Amino acid sequence: MLNKIVYSLATAVADVRDGATILVGGFGGAGVPEGLITALLRQGTKDLTLIHNNAGRDETSIAPLIKHDRVAKLICTFPEAKTAYIFRDKFLAGKIKLELVPQGTLAERIRAGGSGIEGFYTPTGVGTEVAEGKDRREINGVMCILEYGLRADFAFVRARLGDRWGNLVYNQASRNFNPMMAMAGKIAIAEVDDVVELGGLNPEHVVTPGIFVQRVVKTENLNG
Amino acid sequence: MANTPRTPLKREQIARRIAQDFADGAIVNLGIGMPTLAANYIPAGREILFHSENGLLGFGPAPEKGKEDPNLVNAGKEFVTMLPGGCFFHQADSFSMTRGKHVDVAVLGGMQVNPRGDLANWKIKGAELGSIGGAMDIARGAKQVFVAMTHTTNKGEPKIVNELTYPITALKCVTRIYTDIAVIDVGPKGLVLREVAPGYSAADVQAVTEPKLTYEKEPAVIAI
Repeated sequence: MLNKIVYSLATAVADVRDGATILVGGFGGAGVPEGLITALLRQGTKDLTLIHNNAGRDETSIAPLIKHDRVAKLICTFPEAKTAYIFRDKFLAGKIKLELVPQGTLAERIRAGGSGIEGFYTPTGVGTEVAEGKDRREINGVMCILEYGLRADFAFVRARLGDRWGNLVYNQASRNFNPMMAMAGKIAIAEVDDVVELGGLNPEHVVTPGIFVQRVVKTENLNG
Repeated sequence: MANTPRTPLKREQIARRIAQDFADGAIVNLGIGMPTLAANYIPAGREILFHSENGLLGFGPAPEKGKEDPNLVNAGKEFVTMLPGGCFFHQADSFSMTRGKHVDVAVLGGMQVNPRGDLANWKIKGAELGSIGGAMDIARGAKQVFVAMTHTTNKGEPKIVNELTYPITALKCVTRIYTDIAVIDVGPKGLVLREVAPGYSAADVQAVTEPKLTYEKEPAVIAI
């Protein structure tokens, strides 16, 4: 029987080792797998590389992992924000490395990584500091730079509903990076509001096919 | 004219002027800050579809107090609503829309623009950190890029310059500039002054603009 349901957040993240690379879904406060992040913080794993749009939001999202020095490197698009003060302090103290990526390029690198595409040429970033050191090539008269696909050991995604085959649907703007992150994580763990029976999701409405998801876990309030 | 006191436009007035240039049926992406205000001034009888990089097309105004949904936010992390017909999609599809030239107009903030339409708007000169977010992809990909900004810095230095000194966002992308004192087109032969704020002459605008402005006739006064 194919059953991807895991019965606690702690169990879902138990095999994340030091030095792991993790894709973390969410944009601002929407669609962030807060439960998985809290479970990972409790588990104690360190030297992580995180891939996430933002750099933490006040004391939530990935900020607690950064605050407790679990993150060696962050790949993100929006590190400078009033709410990312924890990241800012750690970055200026030299305690965390940053790879800055334009948002559309980040999304496409993850989609490519999850799709077996090792690299692609994009016009985004040409003539800017993100192009430094990258291969340049004019294609159909458009100057482009080479960007590589991104994969990770794990993907932490947040969805509204999931079933035991791993099929997922999302909640409005909480979809954001979650679907392609599920594709690009060797082990994609989906934190869901509710688990439904097989057949409970209309096949026409499934957003992430279960093939991209390895574990489904119902959210818990670990801070409650 | 000579008797009209010089009256620079307020932020809301710049936003109102920009909104007049949205054609009926246009798909528009509004950047964070002053550009967002343009949504409040859509001329009567025009239907505009707003795109947000985090995966929304066809979103509407802020919800009533008490009806905010943390899963329904725009790129500025502000609460929004969905119009009938609006839809959600993931971040890679969202940037396929912008990078793939499916969005008609993007309105972005600006720090500097030059006569070729190169834009700087993501990082202050000399800062340790800046946030790219979606700016590089959107500036590169929208069919038209409108820049909304004050004409000079708060020290009175021109923001429309011969060469950018701030970190670049994208090359040859800006099509029109809206400031508190002028509307300027970026044409194949450089900058064309189209309109001025009440009480300003073309010479007044030229005095605070580094590159040479051309104009076919004495520019029209912006209606406010």
